Amino acid sequence: MTSWNRKDLLGLKELSAEEINLVLETAKGFQEISLRSVKKVPALRGVTVANLFFEPSTRTRISFELAEKRLSADTIQVASSTSSMVKGETLRDTISNIEALKVNVIVMRHSASGAPHRLAPRIKASVINAGDGINEHPTQALIDMFTILEKKGKIKDTKVTFVGDILHSRVARSNIWGLVKLGAKVTVCGPKTLLPSSIEKFGVKVTTDLQEAVKDADVINLLRIQLERQKESYFPSIREYATAYQINRHILKTAKPDVVIMHPGPVNRGIEITSEVVDGPYSVILDQVTNGLAVRMAVLFLLSGSSKEGIKEE
Amino acid sequence: MNLLIKGATIIDPQNKREEVADCLIQDGKIAEIGKNLKGEGSVIDAKGLHLMPGFIDLHTHFREPGNESKETIQTGSKAALKGGFVAAVSMPNTNPPCDHRAIIDNIIRKAKEVPFHIFPSGCISKGREGKELSEMADLKKAGIVAVTDDGDWVGDSLLMRRALEYASMLNLIVMTHAEDKRLSAGGCMNEGCSSTRLGLRGIAPVSEDAAVARDIELARMTGAHLHVCHISTARAVELVRRAKKEGLNVTAEVTPHHISLSDESLEGYNTNFKMNPPLRTKEDIQALRQALKEGTIDCVATDHAPHTDEDKMREMDDAAFGVIGLETAFGIVATELYHKEKWPLAKIVDVMSVKPAKILGLGPEFGQIKKGCEANIVLVDLEKEWPVTHKEFESKSRNSCFLNLKLKGRVAGTVCAGKYWKF
Repeated sequence: MTSWNRKDLLGLKELSAEEINLVLETAKGFQEISLRSVKKVPALRGVTVANLFFEPSTRTRISFELAEKRLSADTIQVASSTSSMVKGETLRDTISNIEALKVNVIVMRHSASGAPHRLAPRIKASVINAGDGINEHPTQALIDMFTILEKKGKIKDTKVTFVGDILHSRVARSNIWGLVKLGAKVTVCGPKTLLPSSIEKFGVKVTTDLQEAVKDADVINLLRIQLERQKESYFPSIREYATAYQINRHILKTAKPDVVIMHPGPVNRGIEITSEVVDGPYSVILDQVTNGLAVRMAVLFLLSGSSKEGIKEE
Repeated sequence: MNLLIKGATIIDPQNKREEVADCLIQDGKIAEIGKNLKGEGSVIDAKGLHLMPGFIDLHTHFREPGNESKETIQTGSKAALKGGFVAAVSMPNTNPPCDHRAIIDNIIRKAKEVPFHIFPSGCISKGREGKELSEMADLKKAGIVAVTDDGDWVGDSLLMRRALEYASMLNLIVMTHAEDKRLSAGGCMNEGCSSTRLGLRGIAPVSEDAAVARDIELARMTGAHLHVCHISTARAVELVRRAKKEGLNVTAEVTPHHISLSDESLEGYNTNFKMNPPLRTKEDIQALRQALKEGTIDCVATDHAPHTDEDKMREMDDAAFGVIGLETAFGIVATELYHKEKWPLAKIVDVMSVKPAKILGLGPEFGQIKKGCEANIVLVDLEKEWPVTHKEFESKSRNSCFLNLKLKGRVAGTVCAGKYWKF
């Protein structure tokens, strides 16, 4: 079996299929921990993890924090509003200061693409990218892939469709890099204004027609549509967007009967997806949240180089 | 000052000279060119070296006044001399910008204190705001050779029309930084495969193409001399080619980085590859080289844009645009065009010296090696291989996109205003 040799997890672009599979397999072993009565293992005892969120986040932040706690790591939380970044300190200096406190792992979210990539080679601590600009969100994509594996049994040849703002979506990008490597058949769908330049060159099918995108999909992964994009003329109105790209009962009639609906959240109910579908039988949105813990535990575990002994019950 | 340069191969296309000869400089002037010359003073054994007319840069940011922590006229001139340049056009996006005579007077006074020729350009619009014309006639009296709002395009088409009309009356070149900022807003690299791969916001090539197209149409109408700065796209090249074919007074320059590096260089999120216009694709590089070769693009210009580490060593979205280029320009041109593409040396001299001198309408002391004229010449070692290292720059800044690259071809010495410089 492949072993993990990386200091950091910056994106799925640079990972091999074997490395992605290793994370997914490792995550499987961690799923069960959250079902125990004592939801804690000593795997990361003595390891300090700093969660640096220079951009607002609720679900990713609490998911990481809980994963760290279940592995017995010591954690600190830094949010942008409380950090000295607002006092004009550079990112490099903030990180150097945190590293001087002998932190082992830095989980980082930043609004600038490439921010963790620039930092990681300059510091000793492991860096986990929790979302950089519009570039990558590797742990979310790993969660999505883990969920596909759980629901569909395989990733190879599974038809996965992404609908929405592909251009500004780091979740879509990470998913595309990972899924294509694992042999999935990926389609991206959205208005032409929200499709990235030359995306078809990366092994995905591109369409602006939702019917076509939904037709034979095994998985539909929806992306949150940011309301402020309307002001930047990416689409004329939320109403028109929803008319063309909303996943609702009607469009799902044309889909496969066993299709699953995913969404990395937070959901805009009534815009990209109706409440009925969010709460309906096709939706695996909450499974994604639950799986998030196992996948993030696996990533933390692999990066800190812990041994398998650490995941036994205390 | 007397100086005898012995045994160099002289490349002087203007005077159709391409031969091994000696060059005697007396009292700062070219006294004699010929075989077995003798003279008093220093002698340079230049066997194996090439002697060319000194390089002229149409696009240098000296940053003075206002941003002296990045560069000054003093340090920028030294960097230029080290790079084989004998003259440069200074860009007017200083702080305050060069939109008033007093600022140009100040630059010219400082330029007189350095052993280098600086031809200032002035702003097209007051405060570079793109709203009202600057006092171009007064600036011309102070000594500007061109007007430009470099760093910004004149988005207001009517103002640009008036600028071209007014400038042509004064015989001033209008240098356009062709970029429709509404089309490029928020971008930090070329839009295309690489920006999608890297998850960085793109600057669509059409932001340059559309701007060049409008400016060419206005140049057609007004008859003004339009100079397209740092052209970077295949499509913009095609527009200039067509304009020239139609006989319009349009010239263009290209930077050493745009003919040598593609947008794939941004892979490591290194901000030294962030500049404006951005590095484009390999296809664009081919189109730019071809255009430079056939003369559609007239010359190489550096767009030397020094920035401090503090401004550069930030996240890609926040880092300043621009790279330094004076000290590496010849090395890149020699490596890429002479060694790899096998261009004749006369063509290298043409794009580095002859054409920029012609565009500026300079006298016989520039762009050629002529007896009786002030000596502005450069001695180069075409075979010298050298690594571009952080510590070696004379510029105050270090934001080079060629760091750690090995180049073949290096400036061995520069004679500027009759004075010899060796670094």
